[in-house]
Formats: sequence, C-alpha cells, structure tokens
Amino acid sequence: MDHYLGLFIRAVFIENMALAFFLGMCTFIAVSKKISTALGLGIAVIVVLAITVPLNNLIYNFLLKEGALAWAGFPDVDLSFLGVLAYIGVIAAMVQILEMVLDKYVPVLYNALGVFLPLITVNCAILGASLMMIDQGQTFAESVVFGLGAGVGWALAIVALAGVREKLKYSDVPEGLRGLGITFVSVGLISLCFLSFGGIDV
Amino acid sequence: MASQTEVLIDPIFNNNPIALQVLGICSALAVTISMSTTTVMCLAVLFVTTMSNLAVSLVRNYIPTNIRIIVQMTIIASLVIVVDQVLQAVAYDISKQLSVFVSLIITNCIVMGRAEAFAMQNGPWMSTLDGFGNALGYSVILIGVALVREPLGAGTLFGMEIIPTVANGGWYEPNGMFLLAPSAFFIIGFFIWAIRAWKTDQVEEEEFEIAPNIQYKEAA
Repeated sequence: MDHYLGLFIRAVFIENMALAFFLGMCTFIAVSKKISTALGLGIAVIVVLAITVPLNNLIYNFLLKEGALAWAGFPDVDLSFLGVLAYIGVIAAMVQILEMVLDKYVPVLYNALGVFLPLITVNCAILGASLMMIDQGQTFAESVVFGLGAGVGWALAIVALAGVREKLKYSDVPEGLRGLGITFVSVGLISLCFLSFGGIDV
Repeated sequence: MASQTEVLIDPIFNNNPIALQVLGICSALAVTISMSTTTVMCLAVLFVTTMSNLAVSLVRNYIPTNIRIIVQMTIIASLVIVVDQVLQAVAYDISKQLSVFVSLIITNCIVMGRAEAFAMQNGPWMSTLDGFGNALGYSVILIGVALVREPLGAGTLFGMEIIPTVANGGWYEPNGMFLLAPSAFFIIGFFIWAIRAWKTDQVEEEEFEIAPNIQYKEAA
C-alpha cells in the first residue's frame, strides 16, 4: 500500500506532468485565464488519464510487447514499434466514447466538460503519461495509480496558474511582457515552488 | 496569395509558432538542456512538419471532413515512428536522452496545427514551404534557449567545455538552476519580451487600464 501511495504522491507533486516534464503546455498556457475553465479542463484531464493509462498498459502487455502475442500463437512477434500509433488511437477513441457516454447519461457533466474534451486528444500530457508508464515498465495496478496521480497533478498545476493569472490581470506589466511573456515567467515561479518537493523521498 | 518567401520566412519572427501562436511548447522546454539533443529534436521536427504538411496537402481533397483529424494523426504518427526508429538505429544515446519526447512530436501542436490550418487549404509546394518555415521558427527559439541553458548550466556546448568550470580547475561555478525546469520558462518568457520589444505590433492589449493615482492629493 505504501508503494502505491508513494507513487501517487510522486506523480502529483515531485514529477508533476506540467511543471517538471512540461507536458500539456499548449493547453496549459492557453486555457488558464479563468479558474472555472481551468478546473473544468483539469477534471477532464484527470478522467481521461485515469482511463487511458491503464488501458494502454493492457494493450502494451497483451498485444504489443515482445512475446506478448504468445497467447494467440505468435511468440516471436514484437510489435512495440507500433506503440505510439496504438496509444494515440486509444486516446482519440476513448475521448470520443467518453464524450458520447457523458452526453447520454450524465448531461450535466457533459455540459461542463463539453468544450474541453476534444482538446484533450492533442494534449501531450495524456500521450506522455502513457509513454512514461511504458518506459518505467509499470504493472497494471501501478498504472492505475500513476494515471490518476498524473491527472491530479496536472489539474492542480493549471488551477494554480489560473489563480495567479486572475490576479495578474490587474497589475501593470511592462508592454512586451504582457500576456504570454508574463505567463511564462509565472509558470517558471510556480515550477520553482514545486521543485521544493524534490527533496522528499517516497 | 502570399508569396513563397513570405510563407517561408514569416513564421521565423513575425508569426513565430512558439512566441506568438503558442504551439509546441512542451518539447521546446524539455529538450533544451543540451545543444546536441536540441539539434536532433529540431531536425526531427523539421522532417515531420515538412513531410506531414506535404502528405496532408496531397490527400486533402480526398479526406472527408469528419475524419480528417484521424487521418492527419495517422500520417503524423507514421512519420514520427519512422524518425524514432531511424534515431534508435543511428544515434542511440541521443534517442535515449530524448526518451519520450521524440514520440511526443505526434502531439506537438505545431505539426497538427499547420496540417489543419495550412495544408488542408493549400497546394503541396506551398504547404511544404509553410511546414519548413514553421519548423524553422520553432528551431530558432529552441536553439536560442539551448544556447543559454547549456553553457550557463554546465559550462559546455555540444558536450565540449567552453567555460572552464570550477570542478575542472577553471573559474566558472555552473549554475545548476539552468538545467532545471523553471529556467526554461524564464528564458522563453524573456525571449518573447525581446521579440515583442522589437516587433511592437505583437504586444497584447491590456485588459484593464491602471487608474491614475489620485489619493495622494486627497491625503494632502
């Protein structure tokens, strides 16, 4: 149990998707003007990550890994080079399915997340998390925890940035730095704060 | 219709994908720790963006609008797999250092963005130029950031020592901060400032006017 808790804390704070690995930066910068929208996108990312990372783990272990097709009678086949193509396909399909399911059964949530879901397919945090999970050779249980943790970390970061930006718009920023420039500098400062979690050993 | 030179040169400073369009930032920050990884990354993006723009533009009239994203994704993913496999065969060390970021070119918004915004509407030749130009604009920023980060962070350039560090008997105490995540954000932020100080038309509108301070009069 400790092991999983450690993995979760590490994914949320120490190896934060957005602030330590720079993943999902485009949407991170573009959709962080207001806290409410940032929160919506954050929740959508958590949901999608918690589903796709374990799913891709299964696909890798039972279809793509070297010798993974032994159950189908092809023990020598190594399809791992098809990895990225498969993962991005899973992510795109998953987002589409999620959109339809939410629309049908949970319309409230659909209306809240609606506009953000299509954005998520091209969010590199999603694909990045899947690739990292493969890189680290995680088991299925670990991948569930990691997917959830990575999502929570990303959501935390974008909400924090949105909070900073909401205050920032009332301040007198030098002309050339206004908008995008000062946003980058603020992300740098937040990222600096998150570095202080680096010393924690879990 | 924009001229060929414009399509090629414009994205470098006037309409830079990173500094103005906010595309493809993830990899820009992560790989710029050393010049050699940056150069390889730039070449990879150059290849993928140019070829994907060409390929998308060639098939643009045959793609049904509903499934265009999936078609583009497939084209881009195939190109990235080619790059990834070539890198693993030719430059294994660098491909290990770049780890997931080569594969992440798939979700690099520059590639998708240009395929969707330009290659779907324009002929093959112009699209190729546009892809090349945008990748160049991306490379300029990346190489600029790496040029700051590697010498100041490790005292080296392309792995060769250019500033003698204290550890090797020189005078420069390397600033480890430049190898960590936050420095990249600051450097890009200041790059944007520099570009906008030069090209003032890119400056964003202020959302709120700062009211003149009149309270001191009342106090007096």
